[in-house]
Amino acid sequence: MKVLRRLLLVWLFAGLLPGGVPAASDDHEEEYRRARREMLRAIEQDLRETSAYLERREFDARVMDAMARVPRHLFVPPERRSQAYENRPLPIGYGQTISQPYIVALMTDLLGLKPGDRVLEIGTGSGYQAALLAELTDQVYSMEIIEPLAQRARKVLDRLGYHRVRTRVGDGYYGWPEQAPFDAIIVTAAADHVPPPLVAQLKPGGRMLIPVGSRFMAQQLVVVTRNEDGSIHTRQILPVRFVPLTGEH
Amino acid sequence: MNTEKRAGRPPGPPLAAITLLSAAALAYEVLLMRLFSIIQWHHFAYMIISLALLGYGASGTFLALLQRRLLAHYPAALLTNLLLFAGSALPAFLLAQDIPFNPEQMLWEARELLHLAAIYLLLSLPFFFAANAIALTLARYRRHIGRVYAVDLLGAGAGSIGVVLLAGLLAPLPALGAIVTAALLSVALAARKLRLPRRGQLFIVLLLLAATQLWVARTAVLHPSPYKDISQALRVSGARLLDTRAGPLALLQVVANDRIPLRYAPGLSLNARQGPPPQLGLFADGNSLGAITRDEGHAGEPGFLDQLTSALPYHLATPEHTLIIGAGGGLEVLQARRLGSGRIDAVELDPGIVELVSERFAAFSGDLYHQPGVHARIAEGRGFVETREARYDLIQLTLQGTGGSGGLFALSENYLYTVEALESFLAHLDTDGWLAFTRWTRLPPRGTLKLFATAIEALRRRGVDDPGQRLLLIRGWQTSTLLIAARPVDDDLITAMKSFCRQRSFDLVWYPGMPRSEANRYNVLRAPYFHDGARALLGPGAEAFLTDYKFDLRPATDDRPYFNNFFKWSTLPEILELRERGGLPLLEAGYPVLIAALLQALAASALLILLPLLLLRSRPAEGAATAGLQARVVSYFAGIGLAFLFMEMAFIQKFMLFLHHPLYTTAVVLASFLVFAGAGSRTAQRLAATTGRRRATLLAVGGILLTTLAGLLWLDSLFAWLAHWPVAARVALSVALIAPLAWCMGMPFPLALGALGQGGVRLIPLAWGVNGCASVVSAVLATLLAIHFGFTVVIVLALLLYLGSAAVFPSPPSPATGAPHARRVDAC
Repeated sequence: MKVLRRLLLVWLFAGLLPGGVPAASDDHEEEYRRARREMLRAIEQDLRETSAYLERREFDARVMDAMARVPRHLFVPPERRSQAYENRPLPIGYGQTISQPYIVALMTDLLGLKPGDRVLEIGTGSGYQAALLAELTDQVYSMEIIEPLAQRARKVLDRLGYHRVRTRVGDGYYGWPEQAPFDAIIVTAAADHVPPPLVAQLKPGGRMLIPVGSRFMAQQLVVVTRNEDGSIHTRQILPVRFVPLTGEH
Repeated sequence: MNTEKRAGRPPGPPLAAITLLSAAALAYEVLLMRLFSIIQWHHFAYMIISLALLGYGASGTFLALLQRRLLAHYPAALLTNLLLFAGSALPAFLLAQDIPFNPEQMLWEARELLHLAAIYLLLSLPFFFAANAIALTLARYRRHIGRVYAVDLLGAGAGSIGVVLLAGLLAPLPALGAIVTAALLSVALAARKLRLPRRGQLFIVLLLLAATQLWVARTAVLHPSPYKDISQALRVSGARLLDTRAGPLALLQVVANDRIPLRYAPGLSLNARQGPPPQLGLFADGNSLGAITRDEGHAGEPGFLDQLTSALPYHLATPEHTLIIGAGGGLEVLQARRLGSGRIDAVELDPGIVELVSERFAAFSGDLYHQPGVHARIAEGRGFVETREARYDLIQLTLQGTGGSGGLFALSENYLYTVEALESFLAHLDTDGWLAFTRWTRLPPRGTLKLFATAIEALRRRGVDDPGQRLLLIRGWQTSTLLIAARPVDDDLITAMKSFCRQRSFDLVWYPGMPRSEANRYNVLRAPYFHDGARALLGPGAEAFLTDYKFDLRPATDDRPYFNNFFKWSTLPEILELRERGGLPLLEAGYPVLIAALLQALAASALLILLPLLLLRSRPAEGAATAGLQARVVSYFAGIGLAFLFMEMAFIQKFMLFLHHPLYTTAVVLASFLVFAGAGSRTAQRLAATTGRRRATLLAVGGILLTTLAGLLWLDSLFAWLAHWPVAARVALSVALIAPLAWCMGMPFPLALGALGQGGVRLIPLAWGVNGCASVVSAVLATLLAIHFGFTVVIVLALLLYLGSAAVFPSPPSPATGAPHARRVDAC
């Protein structure tokens, strides 16, 4: 009984205490850097276990470098900073979330961005994904439908020097026609259909990525590809190594 | 209190106050369920309210400790508890709704568990006070146990009907205000009956309290979770809430946004050139229910409506007579009109939705439900079909109006997706007709394949040897559409289907003779899971496939109507292992929540039952509280507590297939059980006087056995035979059928309590607590058992529990004092 009680206490308090990095102010940059390295290790570990399933041994080194550089803790609310580098999604207010780092890495990798590619993000959210994209290409356009969220993200992006990320509050359904076509589009807000104007703004050979699921967890990642002949295909990817059936049937 | 002396004769039990209190407590319980479904999600609402009801169990523990002292000051104790119930009901909810509980974060943050515990604690308080008031009254008026118990049940019965009426008249929070006012009235009634001094002052205080609470209830606002659809929609720049209307089925809300319009075109083809025209978002209890679409087009210009998987049947034949089940905002009705259907019966359960489309937003929707050939019918879809002779060319079950897409709805019974339902729909198709289902597709495949398996079973039961010849299945990246044909599908139809899919980049999943190479072409999965699944389900290895598949795809039946439950225990370890690596969405939330609720209820119950037992042991027994008698008390009251709810819940489901409407069926069946059980309780004492309590209990259990077995044997045939009776006649017959069973079920509790009143008074709070806990466990356990074994098994188990209880009837050896009872109602 005693052992059980002790275990229970340990479990309870372990959960109650902030995990990962202890709450630290911005000047504890070194601690955050260490936490980022830990996060990258966690992502690599996850990928190793899923690599055969996802048909990729590792993420593009540029994606991982970007994740090592972007200070994720500055994109989450101050009270959540201590958890910023845990491999889990976090609420950022306004009913929105910042995705789990592993999913962010996977989505960014699936976009297959090259320097100079033009990329459109629908759903700026915290601005973290936009900052990552800006590490990979200098032509990033991001739209948000919740005004205060867009303003907050803009401030953080400016503070970190991502001035070239263009942001706008507006209807993502019609994309950003003045800057179209795009090499890649990432739709971070769930949708029940792919807006036809967005499909039209995708370059031949371009890719659109849509995570489908709840605000906290992506059930599947949908990669829409516009082929050179103009035809459209999707690839539906479970972000986790799971097959519904084993054996022959 | 010297009031009794003053009046000469001591006042009798405050029956009117107890009746009103019981009605208010039951109405509160049902309304809390509604309120939490609005601000949270249905299955968490279920868990929260179930656990909060342990307030009844806690009352037993509390009284074991303080019964004597409280009985010495009964009027003050009663009034305090009545006042505390009335005073805490509204604040408890308002405080609980502000606790930022987010179920999705529970697996990461222990803090969420604390939030949940705080909600339980807050909401259990009103039930605790209500239970104390009833239990103390039963203890104080031991010679009137039958009468007190009877009015308690009668009140609960009235509450179950009253809350439905109330929810139809008032928004949820004002309805809560009305319930609180009723509870305050019970205080006044008790004060009057007990002839308390200074009643005038008390009445003024009560009036002031009522006015304050009504004002608070009127001005308070609901705070839905920020992650609910309605919160998300209203946060978008430019969003406006155009309409809110409360009904007994759901809180309906309509949202417009001119700046960033809402758009609803589920699974629109990637080849579509245009999206939907302007739409208004429609929400039920904060969950998206699709949209009301502006009618801008003309017949022959189907626009985006032709680019959905649900358009397939219109490309195989032009239906003359179409039935849309779950018409909602009217998307599929508009689709049927634009794609050439002649007559359209649009069936929608919620009259509020039909009002919105055909009155408040008639101009916007092009007065869709009054267009030539369109007939909006307010009815439950299956009941509508089964009570009519009409035959249709197309019966279309819509995406939004037919009961959810799994996970969140795993615990909801659904009678549209059972094998028997599909048989019924097929029987109402014309010779060339089609039955069509459109669903959200989820990965890995679940609902789509389960529906396919259900269709196969339904066709086989209708004597079709080769069901594969009558099935067509297609999918986009978001939706799938299954068609079941009244006759074998020919090559022309297959060609038309292929052409439809090719033009829209939809994938073929199944048609008779389809080669695997044609599957998985446009929306590419790692393997053609859907086609392989469909093929396996039609082949000789279907049984092995169902066994090995990682989700439960076995067809739902009327006896196990849980289509949306896909959970398998064997898959749980794998999913938990993948939790950190994005595997959590694979977990079907509803079922684990049910298990969590059961475990919590069992743990809390064990604590609440063990505490009074320890207490009894620590003090020398005054009566004859031997260990043997304690064990009998625990077994007996746990047994009848479990059995009563098992019966109630199972018979609600049985009668659902006769009365059809989910809400009214629950209200009618519940009220009938409670009222007639009350009547049974009233006659139990008289029966005991002539035959003795133990014998009377045996007779009651015999009656339960006979009436239940008769019901199991003949109810289904009777329902089928009388399905065409008018609603009022069916309701009257249902009440008459329930009456004898409920009458018998009302007896075992007061009979045993009466026996304890004569030599085991100290065990009465224990009996009360055990029965309260058992009732809570029972509601959760009944759902769990029904998911696995069906409601018939639940009924059989209830019978065994009654028999077992009769065998351990607690007879104390010598006389003494007496008290409480219990019944629970979370079936609704």
